[in-house]
Amino acid sequence: MDVSEFLKMGGYAEYVWSAYGLTALVLLLNWSAARRREAQEQASARRRTGAD
Amino acid sequence: MSRAATTAAARLVFRRDLTLAWRRWDEVAQPLIFYVVVTTLFPLATTPDLSQLRVISGGVVWVAALLASLLALESLFRSDVEDGTMEQWVLSGQPLGWLLLAKVASHWVLTGLPLVIMAPVVGTALGLPFDAWGALIASLLLGTATLSILGGIGAALTVGVRRGSVLLSLLVLPLAMPLLIFGSRAVGMAMDGDSPVGPLQLLAAIFFLTLSLGPLAMSAAIRISVEN
Amino acid sequence: MWLWFHKLASPPHAYRLLGKMAPWFGWPALAMMLLATWWGLVKAPADYQQGDAFRILYVHAPSAWMSMFIYVVMAVAAAVGLIWRIKLAHAAAAAAAPIGASFTFLALATGSIWGKPMWGTWWVWDARLTSELILLFLYLGYMALRSSFDDPQRADRASAVLAIVGVINVPIIHYSVEWWTTLHQPASVTKLDKPSIAMEMLYPLFIMIVGFQLYFGWAISRRLRGEILRRERNASWLKEGG
Repeated sequence: MDVSEFLKMGGYAEYVWSAYGLTALVLLLNWSAARRREAQEQASARRRTGAD
Repeated sequence: MSRAATTAAARLVFRRDLTLAWRRWDEVAQPLIFYVVVTTLFPLATTPDLSQLRVISGGVVWVAALLASLLALESLFRSDVEDGTMEQWVLSGQPLGWLLLAKVASHWVLTGLPLVIMAPVVGTALGLPFDAWGALIASLLLGTATLSILGGIGAALTVGVRRGSVLLSLLVLPLAMPLLIFGSRAVGMAMDGDSPVGPLQLLAAIFFLTLSLGPLAMSAAIRISVEN
Repeated sequence: MWLWFHKLASPPHAYRLLGKMAPWFGWPALAMMLLATWWGLVKAPADYQQGDAFRILYVHAPSAWMSMFIYVVMAVAAAVGLIWRIKLAHAAAAAAAPIGASFTFLALATGSIWGKPMWGTWWVWDARLTSELILLFLYLGYMALRSSFDDPQRADRASAVLAIVGVINVPIIHYSVEWWTTLHQPASVTKLDKPSIAMEMLYPLFIMIVGFQLYFGWAISRRLRGEILRRERNASWLKEGG
């Protein structure tokens, strides 16, 4: 199967790709939010103990 | 604490609340008026044609009853928490669940029951046929009673929260959706000439489940809201 | 055994343990999700009726599964926190909620996207989508209640009660909505169901679920670490470095 056929997804391209794309986006956002939250809390904890 | 003492305390709470409400009957009347006004909105927004309204009449009466009940629930525990009565109850050693249930019961008599009584009237205004009255009243009796307990849980959780009434609705409405589905279905089936027994039995089952577990959740929630 | 459990519930120990566990969840999660994606989009054959649109199942169904699984995890953690007064359990419930809500949103969005070519409209009051919508309301209510309290202990305990009440309602909601749609569904509408399909077409589904579960393990480890730091603001173990 060649690449252009694959991308077209039997005519349903916009649906399949937006579904998978949205999934990837949400998982990515959760990934970055979790990491950012943790880093923020670590930074503020370091600031507090450093200042003591 | 003895069984007799608990029942006596519960009955006292029940009568006290009814007496207090009697003196502020406008607070009791407001949800009822809201109920009638909301049902009026629907023909205004859609069509004056009774044959078309009839189709949604059961649902509209149910939704209006749901919203009117929620309106009344926000103040269920507030005054008792504010003046310290609730703290006394928590410390009293009486089973808190029973006292709270008595409060919910009196609240239902004052707000839920009038909605049920008015239901055939507002329903008829929307084209609801007489044959469906039985299903309407039975489903609303069970539904409003269940909702009072569910709302009691929500009210207990949100009693200290500012602008708690919106949060209360947000918490209680998803839990009330099964009631709405079965209740309006019962009315719909009665209108179609089918027996509404199935959904009514389910409503009854949900009511008894809520009645047995609800007071437990309510007392846990009240303790959390009141303790410092 | 109790000693181990008590040690686990202690914040500094949990913090270190979660930090070590996270990559063991994270990398396998990524691998599994990529594998499932490739399998679902490339290797698996198209469906006889729905064609390639059917491949949306491989992200929709696992999202829906996770949305419900996480809600139960949240409720169990909340119950443990409430009954045994373990703060870490409350923190776990708080950490799980946004992840669960995200999966619920995904289930709804992918379900809606799948519905458009299948039914011609962006939204259908199908049993599963409606139940998912109500589940989203339950998650949002939980998060709203949590944020409405200034006192963190009160927030923990009140939202715990709500989570438990909600989880008891989930089967009731499911049953009532399913009953409601079977009454109203015209015979011609095709249900957004897992079609009776060959086992080979289900493999990517299972792999994706495993991937999502591992992802949840990673995400909650990280979020929980953040929660622990936030709650243990003034604790001495922080000063000793960890």
